[in-house]
Order: sequence, then structure tokens, then C-alpha cells
Amino acid sequence: MVNNTDRNRRSFLKVSAAVGGGMAIGFNFLACQVESKIPEFIAPNLQLPENWNTLNGFLRIGENGIVTIMSPNPEIGQNVKTSMPMIVAEELDADWDRVIVEQAGLDTENFQRQVAGGSQSIRFGWKGLRETGAKARHMLVSAASKKLDVPMDELTTSKGKIYHKASDRVLDYGEVAVAAANEEVPEEVTLKDPKDFALIGTSVRNVDGFNIVQGKPLFGLDTMEEGMKIAMIVHPPAFGMNIKSLDDSIAKGMNGITDVIRINVEPEGWNPQWSDVNAYPELVAVVGESTWQVMKAKKALKIEWEKVTDLESSVGHEAVMKSALSSNKGEVTRKNGDPDAAFAEADKIIEKTYSAPFLAHNTMEPINFYANVTDDKAELIGPIQTPSFLEGTLEGVLGLPKEKISIMMTRMGGGFGRRLYGHFGTEAALISQAVKSPVKLIYTREDDMTQGTYRPAYMVTYKAGLDKDGHLMAFQIKGTGLPGSPVFADRYPAGAVENYQVENIPLETNISTGAWRAPRSNFIATAEQSFLDEIAEAAGKDPIEFRLGLFEKAKNKPIGEKNDYDAERYAGVLKLVKEKANWGIEKPGVHRGVSAYFCHNTYVAQVLDVVMEDGVPKVSNVCCVVDCGIVVNPEGAINQIEGGIVDGIGHAMYSALSFEDGVPQQSNFDKYRLIRHKEAPEKIEVHFVDNGIDPTGLGEPSLPPIGAALANAMYKATGKRLYSQPFIKEIELLG
Amino acid sequence: MAQFKIKVNGVEHQVDVDADTPLLWVLRDTLKLVGTKYGCGIAQCGACTIHINGTALRSCILSIEAVEGKEITTIEGLSEDGSHPVQQAWIEHDVPQCGYCQAGQIMTASALLAENKNPSDNDIEEAMNGNICRCGTYTRIKAAIKTAAKNS
Repeated sequence: MVNNTDRNRRSFLKVSAAVGGGMAIGFNFLACQVESKIPEFIAPNLQLPENWNTLNGFLRIGENGIVTIMSPNPEIGQNVKTSMPMIVAEELDADWDRVIVEQAGLDTENFQRQVAGGSQSIRFGWKGLRETGAKARHMLVSAASKKLDVPMDELTTSKGKIYHKASDRVLDYGEVAVAAANEEVPEEVTLKDPKDFALIGTSVRNVDGFNIVQGKPLFGLDTMEEGMKIAMIVHPPAFGMNIKSLDDSIAKGMNGITDVIRINVEPEGWNPQWSDVNAYPELVAVVGESTWQVMKAKKALKIEWEKVTDLESSVGHEAVMKSALSSNKGEVTRKNGDPDAAFAEADKIIEKTYSAPFLAHNTMEPINFYANVTDDKAELIGPIQTPSFLEGTLEGVLGLPKEKISIMMTRMGGGFGRRLYGHFGTEAALISQAVKSPVKLIYTREDDMTQGTYRPAYMVTYKAGLDKDGHLMAFQIKGTGLPGSPVFADRYPAGAVENYQVENIPLETNISTGAWRAPRSNFIATAEQSFLDEIAEAAGKDPIEFRLGLFEKAKNKPIGEKNDYDAERYAGVLKLVKEKANWGIEKPGVHRGVSAYFCHNTYVAQVLDVVMEDGVPKVSNVCCVVDCGIVVNPEGAINQIEGGIVDGIGHAMYSALSFEDGVPQQSNFDKYRLIRHKEAPEKIEVHFVDNGIDPTGLGEPSLPPIGAALANAMYKATGKRLYSQPFIKEIELLG
Repeated sequence: MAQFKIKVNGVEHQVDVDADTPLLWVLRDTLKLVGTKYGCGIAQCGACTIHINGTALRSCILSIEAVEGKEITTIEGLSEDGSHPVQQAWIEHDVPQCGYCQAGQIMTASALLAENKNPSDNDIEEAMNGNICRCGTYTRIKAAIKTAAKNS
């Protein structure tokens, strides 16, 4: 009998079969996971098995019944390392207390879509993860039916055991694991009815939680490998500049410094992919023994920079966006009815312009990556949201075939979209190749914050026409951005207004930009939901009733064909938030704002309460209703939603990245303001719509609407509407 | 390079580093205690928080010379087995998202509770305001500190 032990393992994973006394430096994910659960949550005598039996790419079962479930997707704090294995465990009928979760590396043979992006891991993973668990369960039951000599349909499973009720016999999964590993993999399996879920829908703690609170080495920056050197880069100080000359004579002679080199991550003739966004392909790299020595040597470099394109400034950015919006150069991406005629007939016209600055991602763990590139292979370890795309880029840049490239994803100290763009992996690989040594590339906070790949700056003008009775008869949106435009053509309130027009006036910039948590939505939701609040007031209507009226129209008599939302589910979250927040009941000194938005396949509605303390706003409560279908791990889901709300309030209120002559004016947290403990909401309550629909993601959807809930509450508090982010500047002007 | 004697988590170490090396990089690069995180390097984010004689300080701006002869405690030394009431409360409230800032948060919170057994909301906000959590787990952090205060 063949024992499929440890098939498809990548050698650098360093998975050991024994739990030693604590985790050594390096990435022993297996030991790490055993330690992850504190004793009260696990069977007291959890022992690793002698042998693992591989049922499929996701699953290994030991002779003692311990199950290892691979977590395929990158973990950036969205908690998929807990929720995705839960889905496998549900259909497997595993005993979660005897499950070990292990982070997979990039493995395109066994796993699909190993990406952390677009809040899509759960949505796209749902069916496949369930089938994986169900197929393995089938193999275990089939093996048990042979062992017990009974038909399969007389066997039931629960919590890692197989029961034959008629003969009162029980087998542990471990007892049939060897045989099950050699069973045929079934072509098709029946999945559970969601009402029979035993694990999904229960709150399971973060599988890495116990390691995190002990400071165990989980992150890319914690990577320590034999013979590893530290590498850092120097990029130009301004967008529009490039290196002219380098004098490294002092730096090279400094303590611990081994190399100063120049690299170019975009060699001639190479075709970049979407993930290769990078303003600064040409860099100086300093390599040495320790981080501090390399940091000091960087400062000793004498580099002459030269201007190669325009040096842009924030003042100019604002002017160019305003001018774009007042031009007639818009590309119409949606038109219903005759907006011009309708505006001409309107009793009241409201027109408002909203704007927001560039934002840095500012992952708490600065950009870093480990690489060991030799003549015949490349091993990379680090924080990356898109490992398969990094592999594709490395193939082109290093000239190595994919089978010679391995990428291990570490737990990430935040992603927010920043680590979709893996130039840092390529940089680490090129540096390692050039200096013929394993290296860990580290960006300083300043390198990171001034490197680019920012959330674009946006500006949008909304125009609404109301008739005498306050009905919304015409609606127009013109959007621009540096670069692009934030406007989605077919989102709400498209479909609910007879005369409707969307125009984009995309602009260009040499400042590099990319996806930032809930791209475009992170700005446009605030603008849209603030504007709807203002027109509801002009129409003399309650803001929730006004929005619900539009959903009724979109549901009963939709305008146009491509409306990218389900009006009933959208209205559903608003109705529920109205009830849960006791909307309409006023409390003295408490000012309320409402907002609702749909993005990343999930519907969210929020009511935010603000109180003013000596002229300073304090968010006293946020009531949030979410429709994401089935909630896999409620506590983890609530944590994501809370985080999105805090993140959304923080960036709308406080954060901005500005420019002068191409130079970012904020390079660290002394000048770049992020929301802090005192400024966080005092309380956040989260309610889910219970509808049994297949689940959608939660990493992004709670962020976009909260900016408008805040702005609308601030209007109630101060009598002034907020149009320009960060709001704190407008509020401070009020005095 | 120069020799320094420092005591970390009750253990004496002799290290040979540049005299201006911040404690953070001695902990991480030399002693391989990587639980203390690098976040900003200018004492603005709190990810590198450690205890010096029981007081929470930012190790990224403390030079190795300044900490000779003092009791240095890092997250690895807060407890041997994750049993410190603050660590336990963090687990109970399932606080971490990405987790990167949490060692620093825990070190600040544990120093607060050592000094103030029953902190008010305002005390917690004041003490924790220097620790950034980019994922936004502040409400959970506050709740966990209250639980830890009860269980201490």
C-alpha cells in the first residue's frame, strides 16, 4: 500500500513533524499552528501524528486523527487563514479542535486564485473549498465502509468520527486515514444543506492569534535565513526624477557594508503586467550585515538626481481636476432619458463638488521581501497579495522558468492593496542575484511612504434636478481623477432616475497609483451618499425614506438595463439599520448620519452618531448592517467590519498625502496623520442579514459608506456640509 | 563597533554593535528577538514598544548605550507561555487582524495596568494613543484592556 505522505511539499517550507519547545526562527508553519490554539480551546493531549496521509492538496490526516488543512490564500489580516479552512472542515465534518492550519506557498497545481484582493477569497473559494472537504469525507467514509463491511449510506460522520449506528461502532478518521488516502477521488459529491452546518456560522478564533500575542516570528520582516544579508533601496526623492550619478565611496567603506549596486526592475524589452506598477524601476541598493548599518550607509550615499518628467504639486493637481470638471471633454459612460431637457425643467437644481487627496497604504509592516537567487533557482519568502503574478514577473526579469521559482507567503502586517504590486519581490531577487547572497530587502517607513502606488486623488461633481414635489427627475455625475475617474457608470442611483448621465474625464499623472482598499468606492461612496443626504433635505424628505423611494423605483420600474445591484437587498440593509439604530428617535447632543453602499458583492448600511466635545467630534456609536449572505466566522466577520469602519473614518477625517515639486510632503507618521485610539468610535455594533445566500467578502465593503455617515452626522452637528477630504481641515476652519 | 552588556528578559547578553545602534535593531538583528516590530523608526507608531525597568518606551529611538544596566522586557519576555492577563484578554477578544502592531499594543497596555490597576476609558485612550493599529482594532483593544484589568 502506498502511503501518500508529504506529497507536493516544497522543500523550503521546513515543515517538521515534531512540535519542539517553541518555534525557532524561520517558518515552521506547522509547529506554529499547533501553538496557535491555547490549551483551553484544544483537546488536552494534541499530539502530532507519526505519519500524514494526503487526501488532496488541501488535506492531510494523521493516524491519530489530527487533520492539517492548508490555507491557500495570502493572509493580510482579513482572516482567511481561519475562515477558508473552516469551510473545508465543515464539509469534512472535522473536529476543529483537532485541526491544524498551515499556510500554503504559491502552488498553482493544487490551488486556484491565490490572491488577496477584491474581497473575493471567500466568494470564489466557497464552492471549491466545500467540495474539497466533501470529497475527502467521501473517501474516509468509503474506506470505513470497507473496514466495517457495511454500505456507505449506513455511515454518518461528525467531529472527526464515523458512526455505524446499527452496530454501535465508531471509527476515528485517523483509523481509516491510510486507506482513505488510497481511495478513488470521487468525481462528484453532494454538499451539505446550509441548515446542517455545524462549524460555519460559529465564531472561531484567529488561528494565528496565540502566536501574534506572543510576538512569534510570523511576518516577512521576521524572516531569518542562513547567510542572509540586509538590503535596502534608495529611490528618487521626487516623482519625475531619476538617478543621474552615484558616488558610493564613503558608503562602501562603512562598517558592515558589503555592496552598493544599481538595479533596474524593468529590463529593456520586458513587458510589464498590471501588477508591475512602479514609478521607480531604477534604484540604488545597499547591502550589508545589519539593518542599522545599511540605514546609515544609505545616508552616506551621494546621489545626483535629474528631472526627467514634470514635477507635480498639489496646488496644480487641484487646479487641473477643477478645470477638467468644468470642461466639456467628458466621455459619457451612461445616459438615460434626456438629462439636459430635464434639468431645464427642474424646479430646483443642486450641484456640489467633492474631492479627496492621494493616500498612502501605510501597511504597519513596511515593504520587505526575502530572496535567494542562484544560477538555477529563485526562492522567495515574504508578504505578497499576488504571488502568482510576482512569479510571472520574476520569470521574465530573471530568465528562469516557473518550476525554478518558489514563493512562500508570510503573514502580512497589512495589505490594503499595497502588496498587490510586487516590485519589491523583484527588487529583492535582482539584488540577491547581483550580490550572490540571500538577502532580505527592507524599506524604511520613509522609503515606503514616498514610493508611490497611492490611492489616486479624485474630484467629482454631482448635479440633481428636483421637481416641485421634490421628486428626483435628473441626475448627473462628472468624475475625474489623477489618474482615471472614480465613477462607476451603473451603480446606484443609476436605475432609479429617468434622466441620468455619467461622464468621466480621466487625467494622467506621473505619480504612481494603485488599488487602495475598496478602490474608487473608498471615495465615491462618500461623495454619493453625502450628496443624496443633501438632496433628500432639499426635497424635504427623511434621508432613509428618500433612498428607499429610489430603491422602490429601481425595483419596480428600473431605468436602463445594466444596474449592478439588487435593489431589494440594498433596501433591506437600510430598512434593518433604520430599525436597529432606532432611527428617528433623537437624543440631545447626539447627531446622526446615515449611509448605504454596495461594493465587492456585499451590501452595507450604517448609522453613525457623533457628539461634539469642546468643538472636537467624537464618534459615540456606529450601527452597521451587512448583507454578505452566509457569515462563515461571525466574530472574524465583525472584526473586519469594525476595522473597515475605523479605517474609513480615519482616512476621510485625517489622512492626506500632498506634493510639492514631485516630492511627497509626508514621509512618516509625524506628518501623515492616521486615526489613533482616542479618535476611534466608542462603540460599533454589527448586524447581519440572515438569508442563506452564498457568502461574499468583507475585507472592503464596510469602509466606503462610513465617510458619508460621518459627513452627514457632522452636518447635523455643525450645520455645515463637508465636501473636501480630509474633513478635519474643513472642521478646523469652522473653529 | 563596541561591546555592550544588556539584560533582556532576565538574560544578560554581550553584544558587539555600532554604538549608535537603536535597541530595536539590537533586539531584532543581533538577539533575533523579532517580536518587537519596526514601524516608523521615529517613535510615532508604537510597534517597537518594550519595557525599560517596567516603563513602556519606544525601542527604535533608544540607543544601546542608554539601556546598559537596565531591565529590558520584550514581548517574548512578558510571559513564558502567553499567559499574561493582557495576552489572554487579547485572545479572548480575538483582537488581532493583521497582528503586526499587537506586540507593541500589548507592551503598552501591560505597562499601563502595572501602574494603574483599574484604568478609566480616558486613562486607556491616553496611554494607548501612541500605538497605531492600521487595521483599526482600537475598540477591541480597549475592551481587552478592561478584561485584563478585571483578571489581573
